[in-house]
Amino acid sequence: MNALMDALIITKRQLLQLARVPEVLIFSTIQPVMFVLLFRYVFGGSIATGDPGGYVQLLMPGIFVQTTAFTLAATASGLAEDMTKGLIDRFRSLPISRSALVFGRTLGDGLLNVVVLAVMGLAGFIVGWRPSSGIFKIGLAFIFLLAFGYSLSWVGIFAGLSARDARVVQNMSFLITFPLTFLSNAFAPTTGMPRPLQYVAEWNPVSTMVAACRELFGLQNHFGATANSFPSQHPLTMSLIYMVVILVIFVPLSVRKYSRANKK
Amino acid sequence: MKSIVAEHLVRTYRNGEVKALDDLSLDVEEGTVLSVLGPNGAGKTTVVRILSTLLTPDSGSATVGGIDVIKHPEKVREIIGLSGQYAAVDETLTGWDNLVMFGRLYHLGKKASIARADELLERFSLTDSARRPIKTYSGGMRRRLDLAASLIVQPKVLFLDEPTTGLDPRGRQEMWGVIEELVKGGVTLLLTTQYLDEADQLADDIIVVDHGKVIARGTSDALKKQVGGERLEVVVDQAHIASTMEAVAKVSGHAASLDEGLRKVSAPVTTGATALIEVLRLLDAAGIHPLDVALKRPSLDDVFMSLTGHVAEDQAIVIDNARGKKKNKNSEAKS
Repeated sequence: MNALMDALIITKRQLLQLARVPEVLIFSTIQPVMFVLLFRYVFGGSIATGDPGGYVQLLMPGIFVQTTAFTLAATASGLAEDMTKGLIDRFRSLPISRSALVFGRTLGDGLLNVVVLAVMGLAGFIVGWRPSSGIFKIGLAFIFLLAFGYSLSWVGIFAGLSARDARVVQNMSFLITFPLTFLSNAFAPTTGMPRPLQYVAEWNPVSTMVAACRELFGLQNHFGATANSFPSQHPLTMSLIYMVVILVIFVPLSVRKYSRANKK
Repeated sequence: MKSIVAEHLVRTYRNGEVKALDDLSLDVEEGTVLSVLGPNGAGKTTVVRILSTLLTPDSGSATVGGIDVIKHPEKVREIIGLSGQYAAVDETLTGWDNLVMFGRLYHLGKKASIARADELLERFSLTDSARRPIKTYSGGMRRRLDLAASLIVQPKVLFLDEPTTGLDPRGRQEMWGVIEELVKGGVTLLLTTQYLDEADQLADDIIVVDHGKVIARGTSDALKKQVGGERLEVVVDQAHIASTMEAVAKVSGHAASLDEGLRKVSAPVTTGATALIEVLRLLDAAGIHPLDVALKRPSLDDVFMSLTGHVAEDQAIVIDNARGKKKNKNSEAKS
């Protein structure tokens, strides 16, 4: 119980940071909104989908997933910054559970995602995004997105604890998330890719997430590859499996790494 | 009773390439201040990190407040405060935010955390800046806030790792005042520093550390005596050197030595200021007007230079005075 309270206090710290420096929140919402607008108006016109409602319907789930995937970088660099400033040492010398700090941070980044997704959803709605599946499934899609971001947060924790410098972490995590989000069905059909890449894209967790969200928002997943592979047939199940696998691997790994973070 | 005991600590980094601590032992009597004095890279921070449970030693043992730091780190954390080399507070938050947060992490409860934060801010003269982000604080204010954060639960044992490194003279003075107040309050303090005057000012006992080993221990006075007592120094014109040397030797009882370049005549004395008066009388009677007269006590800098410069690294010097002897016995009993 105490451990949970400790974690929540750490989460509250992150919210306070946002309150003290609101620019952070503003910029972390402007960026995804900018993506929405750019993709919608720059690429949207030249990508034919054959769907009612056009490209923006397919785009929005892609951008939602991309944004939640970037949680990895946010968590990693936030934690790395604490490490370099010696703040982690203070936390570690406190009589609190060793996992409280990392749990608290993943929760905080999750809450930030709630705000960001809400703003993006609104921006999407303004430029023509109209999910047709009803409130329950739409809600479920957002919970799915938050869960995806949360699980990647734990990869971020591990990355943040592993790197020596906050800037390295930032670059490193973009190096992971960028190909991951573009080598997928998020913005264009995978069928246009060379054959070997198609397989990668199909099994990419970002693709299964995007496909799952499209389903939940009431769309056919036209951007999925042609093959009858398991992930393109069962995107929801596959996404869930990915999240569980990520958490099962990275939660214990990160907590262990944190407890032993013998830097310097 | 000993509040801190460390025995034969060894800690290496990078798979044994760098030996940060090489069989280091120390102990601190409850309610006293021990200063760990040494240059950068001597192993000071490593000692603090081990004693404050942030790091485990490769071998050796340590207790803080009677609790084993390796076996029961979580219990040690309940009775210690730690303030590191870098102000370890959240810079985007205000001073008040930080203290309340740490209070809650010490499980004080919301009301008590707020009360304690207000009290500490007041005590460290930070009330006016309580609602400003730490980013806007001066170096001295940051350190004070960091120290305040380590005092939230009134620790029995406090570790301060180079508390004034990087502060301007005024910031140092303020910090010293704060630390002296704390010590009066009865906390046991282990303080690392590379400033010799800081150890001199704050510590009951000093250990000098170099290359991860204790190379000397004792009180500040004892360490100074180690290098030699006071010296009488007289600077005169070239013409009067010979007769001045005679006068100085007479006062001292030892042969005077001469620094020709500076025309400085000096000799060890034991009579303190009286020696000054005597030598001035003799010079005056001889019609000599000295350019400069001084009674020099060796600084801890001299101590440090002489220790690190001349002492075999594997041999700890134990200072031969009452306190030093006591220490000596302790360390022998342990080893």
